[in-house]
Amino acid sequence: MPGNDLQRAAVDEVAVAPIPKGTDPGEARRGRAADRIFAGLAYGSGLLILAVLAAVAVFLLLRAWPAVGGPPDAVDAVVSSFTGGRFASLWGYVPPLLFGSVLVAALALALAFFVSLGIAVFISQYAPRRLVGALNTIIDLLAAIPSVVYGLWGGLVLVPAIYPFWNWIAGHFGWIPLFAGPAANPSRTVATVALVLAVMILPIITSMTRDIFLQTPKLLEEAALGLGATQWETIRLAVLPFGRSGIVSASMLGLGRALGETMAVLMILSPGLKYSFHLLQASQSQTIAANIAAQYPEANGLGVSVLIATGLVLFAITFAVNYAARRLTGKAAS
Amino acid sequence: MTTLECNPPMDAQRMLADLDLDHFRPSRSTANARRRKDRLMRALFTAAFAVALIPLASVLWTTLTHGIGRLDLGFLTHNMTGVIGGNPTAAGGYGGVLHAIVGTLEITFGAMAISIPIGVMCAVHLIEYARDNALAKTIRLLVDVMSGIPSIVAGLFALSLFSMIFGPGTFNGLEGSVALALLMIPTVCKSSEEMLKVVPDALREASLALGVTKQRTITKVVLRTALPGIVSGSILAIARVIGETAPLLMTAGYVVTTNVNLFSGQMTTLPVYVYQEYSKLSANCPANAGDMCVPTIPMERAWSAALVLIVIVLILNLIGRIVARICAVHTER
Repeated sequence: MPGNDLQRAAVDEVAVAPIPKGTDPGEARRGRAADRIFAGLAYGSGLLILAVLAAVAVFLLLRAWPAVGGPPDAVDAVVSSFTGGRFASLWGYVPPLLFGSVLVAALALALAFFVSLGIAVFISQYAPRRLVGALNTIIDLLAAIPSVVYGLWGGLVLVPAIYPFWNWIAGHFGWIPLFAGPAANPSRTVATVALVLAVMILPIITSMTRDIFLQTPKLLEEAALGLGATQWETIRLAVLPFGRSGIVSASMLGLGRALGETMAVLMILSPGLKYSFHLLQASQSQTIAANIAAQYPEANGLGVSVLIATGLVLFAITFAVNYAARRLTGKAAS
Repeated sequence: MTTLECNPPMDAQRMLADLDLDHFRPSRSTANARRRKDRLMRALFTAAFAVALIPLASVLWTTLTHGIGRLDLGFLTHNMTGVIGGNPTAAGGYGGVLHAIVGTLEITFGAMAISIPIGVMCAVHLIEYARDNALAKTIRLLVDVMSGIPSIVAGLFALSLFSMIFGPGTFNGLEGSVALALLMIPTVCKSSEEMLKVVPDALREASLALGVTKQRTITKVVLRTALPGIVSGSILAIARVIGETAPLLMTAGYVVTTNVNLFSGQMTTLPVYVYQEYSKLSANCPANAGDMCVPTIPMERAWSAALVLIVIVLILNLIGRIVARICAVHTER
């Protein structure tokens, strides 16, 4: 608002110009100095955000450099010690990890997408107003549980409990390559991990899409209802199209979170390094994040560099996903 | 029930009679199909919510039932020194989480000390100084992007930073604080920004009109008004990072003794403790150990520590929400 700014500028002028009698001019000067220092601090903090993001990229690059530009033989030795000889170079090592990360995250998103969309619609369209607060609290609660607790629960409760179900799936849908049996027991598999990650990203997608749905213009909804549409038709014709870009960006944020999740994967998955879609079998895939946490304790200096190099790949991917998601919401808002 | 008859004028009625309205009338079968579909979708949406309740209830219930068994005063007031296999310690218990609670509190406090001033000042810059210029837009976008950084990358960053400054193999609490601060800054900045936005301009202008400098206006009027919101936003940010495990695993390390020095030596935190106990699978009990040796003790300790962690997180969430509700800024009278 330019008018407002003008007023503000005028107020600023008045605030500094005349010094009423009886006030200490030294104090006014000190006030102005404090003003400048404070403005500088605020400006600095704003810039620091940019600097920190740049620093993350720079420090990871510097620390990962030995793994990329260092002596190839030593790097290859480190990689083959990590992989038990399956891969002997960094370029062979990163792709299967990346594949695992993307596979697990995409599955988690596929599982969480419809459920969280359903919850968001339920909260914003169907739930009685008095219950909305309580329902939101439940979703927040789901987000508040630490990932290590999800890992503990997944590893000790879900893994044994879900084996019969996966076994049944493998028995009846085994002809689909995805569900090819035999189902691993204990089911420390990609399918189980994806299920836990789906629970973990559910609150993010839900709360974002819910906020978008609540912004649907009342007129659109009422127009649809007035034309005789049922509630579901109203949602399909007015609410969902209005929220489309929000839905996409919320899913991407969820995907970003699932890509970077470490503990739940580390504590549940039995790792492997194959390009495999056998979701119900053990030792098929590993994610970048969980691999870093798993190998870190035994890694030497160069090993840490290799792990940081994989971390850099993860950083780049999550950055891109988040950036795209935010640009999308930015556009939707304006 | 009385119904009001609404008769259109005669000529309009004649025109309507000429029209073959039946052509447009929905047949009973399509109307029923639509109604059925509507009911089906309503059921599906409600079911979606019920589906989300299952894991939540299961996580909370199993943590409570498994964790309550070993959760006593001894568990909260002992560390893991003298714990060998599944045997009880000389003190009589089976070890505890005192060192992890101390570590969690100190590391989180360190993260607070770093991230809250930066986050709040960043919000001040965005709202009070920059408003909507290009730099502010970039900062806003990057704050959003930063909130999506995986926690393990934050850990790797702190690790790289400290290993380059203090040499490789550096483990200390502060390193963990830096990693957590990286995760906290965007959350604090965003919530503070929202709070500063709702402070009415009239307050700022009134203060400036009285000849108060801009710095004093912001600290004494604007931040003062937004304080409850900032506090509750910060508490929620703390609740988010206090459960972080991966970054602390590689920065703060793991020890069995209580370390109160944030700046040197490894430190255990509650989430890392849960993970370490979980990775032990079971404790070693020799054949002659007797009844006091409990082979499943690591898992029991993991559950109890998880319960302590969940309780801390929930209490923080509760405090944050209560502060936000009680002291909400009233923009309208």
